[in-house]
Amino acid sequence: MIKLTINGQAQDVEVAGDTPLLWVLRDTLGLTGTKFGCGKALCGACTVHIDGSPTRACITPVESVAGKSITTIEGLSSNRSHPVQQAWIELDVPQCGYCQSGQIMSAAALLANNPQPSDADIDSAMSGNICRCGTYPRIRKAIHRAAELTGTGKGSG
Amino acid sequence: MSKHLQANDDLPVTGAGDLSRRGFLKTAAAATGGLVIAMYLPACGKPENAAKNAGPAKQITANAWLTIGTDGSITVLCDRSEMGQGVYTSLPTLICEELGVAPSSIKVEFAPPGKEYVNALLGAQVTGGSTSVRDAWEKLRMAGAEARTRLIAAAAKDWGAPPQSCSVADGYVVFTSRRKSFGELAEAAAALPKPENVRLKGRNEWKYIGKPQQRLDTPSKVDGSAQFGIDVRLPGMLYAALAQPPELGASVKSFKADAAQGMPGVRQVLQTSSGVAVIADSWWQAHQARDALQIEWAPGANAKMTNASITAGLKSAASGKGKEVRKDGDVEQALKSGRRFEQTYELPLLAHATLEPQNCTAEFRDDGCHIYVPTQVQQFAQGAAAQASGLPPEKVFVHTTFLGGGFGRRLESDFIPAAVECAKAVNKPVKVLWTREDDMTHDKYRPPARNTLAATFDSNKKLNAVKIHLVAPSITSRWAPAAVANGAIDPFAVEAAHNFPYDVPNVYVDYLQHEIGIDVGYWRSVSHALNCFAVESFMDELAYEAGADPYEFRRNMLDKQARWQMVVDTAARKAGWGHAPSGHFHGIAAMSGYDSYLAQVAEISLQGDKLKVHRIVCAIDCGQMVNPGIVEAQAEGSIVFGLTAALFSEINIAGGRVKEQNFDDYRMLRMNEAPQIEVYVVNSTEKPGGMGEPATALVAPAVCNAIFAATRKRLRTLPIAKQGFTV
Repeated sequence: MIKLTINGQAQDVEVAGDTPLLWVLRDTLGLTGTKFGCGKALCGACTVHIDGSPTRACITPVESVAGKSITTIEGLSSNRSHPVQQAWIELDVPQCGYCQSGQIMSAAALLANNPQPSDADIDSAMSGNICRCGTYPRIRKAIHRAAELTGTGKGSG
Repeated sequence: MSKHLQANDDLPVTGAGDLSRRGFLKTAAAATGGLVIAMYLPACGKPENAAKNAGPAKQITANAWLTIGTDGSITVLCDRSEMGQGVYTSLPTLICEELGVAPSSIKVEFAPPGKEYVNALLGAQVTGGSTSVRDAWEKLRMAGAEARTRLIAAAAKDWGAPPQSCSVADGYVVFTSRRKSFGELAEAAAALPKPENVRLKGRNEWKYIGKPQQRLDTPSKVDGSAQFGIDVRLPGMLYAALAQPPELGASVKSFKADAAQGMPGVRQVLQTSSGVAVIADSWWQAHQARDALQIEWAPGANAKMTNASITAGLKSAASGKGKEVRKDGDVEQALKSGRRFEQTYELPLLAHATLEPQNCTAEFRDDGCHIYVPTQVQQFAQGAAAQASGLPPEKVFVHTTFLGGGFGRRLESDFIPAAVECAKAVNKPVKVLWTREDDMTHDKYRPPARNTLAATFDSNKKLNAVKIHLVAPSITSRWAPAAVANGAIDPFAVEAAHNFPYDVPNVYVDYLQHEIGIDVGYWRSVSHALNCFAVESFMDELAYEAGADPYEFRRNMLDKQARWQMVVDTAARKAGWGHAPSGHFHGIAAMSGYDSYLAQVAEISLQGDKLKVHRIVCAIDCGQMVNPGIVEAQAEGSIVFGLTAALFSEINIAGGRVKEQNFDDYRMLRMNEAPQIEVYVVNSTEKPGGMGEPATALVAPAVCNAIFAATRKRLRTLPIAKQGFTV
């Protein structure tokens, strides 16, 4: 039995301790917003927050995050009100959408630490997230927009 | 090329699918294809808006794409797959426009397989070829207009009012101060005879077409709720990992599963038609146990295949003569009249690398086999599952999910049979999911090509002859053999060459089909990418041969091609052609495909051998746009897709095995490498052109032409990373 805190809720799971967190989230708990893209921390589709830090769930053994606070895309806000989600909607960022949970979690972590990121900051924080549809130009704009929304107090999160 | 792909005659086409993922509808109505009306009580759930009358709302089927609830709710069935290109928004917009309702006010569901959903441009229910809007343009507006005409007729009859004095607005029929909701009118409207005079709205009446509209799928794609194939969860569902032959074309000789069978969670190990499947309680358990299988593979015909053998095969074949695609004047005679300038361009195999790995979930119920699948080809998927299950196609129900990328990969159904075979074996729902490595090493790769172009100038340094000799495998000969039967040329092999636009008196294009022994597949922009690279690189070489500016050289031969010339001029002007910043260099390329016209200018710089692509300017004439934001996004995304391939991408084969495995050795462009992209769309009222693909194809020649401008080094093969540049 492994005790997890996911999106603020305590969860006990019966899985082998070396199971990657990704599969516990997706298959055991049904939190399918976090995606599988590569299994080797190369694409960022599985990005979640562990105690606020963006983390690749596909290579994170579940036992290593017992007792820590895990946030997934489902827990970022209850109503798409996080400034990153608001900016993503405003700029219609997603195309196929498959990578976007990971993109949004990386962007939210960036803005939490750096409310006014430069383009170079965005490059640095986001280059671990692949978008095969090529939405990078819009992601960049949307992160700047989310910074504005945060600064003006619009959106909550 | 006006030739359309004709569907394989054997293609399973069923009229009646299960229209009812949410229990609203139960088949039949759609099968009639017309406006025959059926009424259904919802099987479960509450209508989202309380109906004025008591009890649950009835859902009235107006036509194959449109259902109106007695509560006024409107559901549009989207008969193309949403893979990022925006059909979930753009197709319903066409119906909404004629119906006079805001796209944001409706619900969208994906359509099942059905005859009425056949893509007239491709002959089957296919999402591909950048055809969705082009095929739907008249058809879906007519469907909306006919429904509007009926609703108005029903209201007018009720009021005793002249129909021509009634109008629609926001879900109501309006006459003077009176109004009735579509929900109130739906049943009466459906009972009316088919209207004779259905009028499409005029351009000046449009409220949604061509105007900025938010995508309808965006909200579900920012909170993790959008359901992709990989996300399907069914009660009692098991998970499977599949061991496929590492050598393309090999098969299972024998296997030992004792170790795997004893591992936690493992339910069954099963030899399927595409490898050995481990079925377990969770996918991770299945995946772990898969590694414990001991499989002996029987080599196939490709055991000695390498890149070099493929390239050599193409080279050897290339000396032959292909089938004539186009003949203007007498090229052979003209080529003898002056110095012959000739070059050959070679392109590698490429993987699609959709970010969602291939997957399928299958379930057997009393009524047949249900598959939940990210597919671009509902009928092919149905056929594949029918064959694997032993059921007739009409007993296979295809539930299309969102697609985590398509790019042509999901025009294939190779990931479907194993799921069906597993579900049948354990009599429980089973989700088969490939790993990234499975996906990378078992793609239907973009074909390689070897294209040779020759030209001569006349005594005035005007281009006198251009000969284009295309050598590549034919995808269509495998995918829809009936379409290329009796010696017909594969139309998807000669794109961006058959329509050579420049004003040259003698033009000859031929295509020599050369198969390479492994399956190749349609990859975003298909042969446009192969042939545009050759043609537009060659045009650049000719410009320098003639001592001309590459942009002027092109535009001066486009006087008879107004739409081409407009985009070439626009791209050059917006890019600041001739005025690149110090140390930066421009390259240009132009192309027409999918009824759209494009030109791109790439701006690059080099520090030693370190290449940086700063900016891509793209000018487009795609005719009438339905959704400008989606057009722009498709151009942006296609440019990133094309640049990724140009810079990095190559699939290498040794011993019949694909070497590349994951994103560490099959590199993707990332945020920090993405150039500034500027998209300029020419105002046009021509019929819509496709925009899901074409912008992909111009990137490689535009960037390589810029590299030549900077270095005088001509790249005639890709990727750039393998040509002496650091990227």
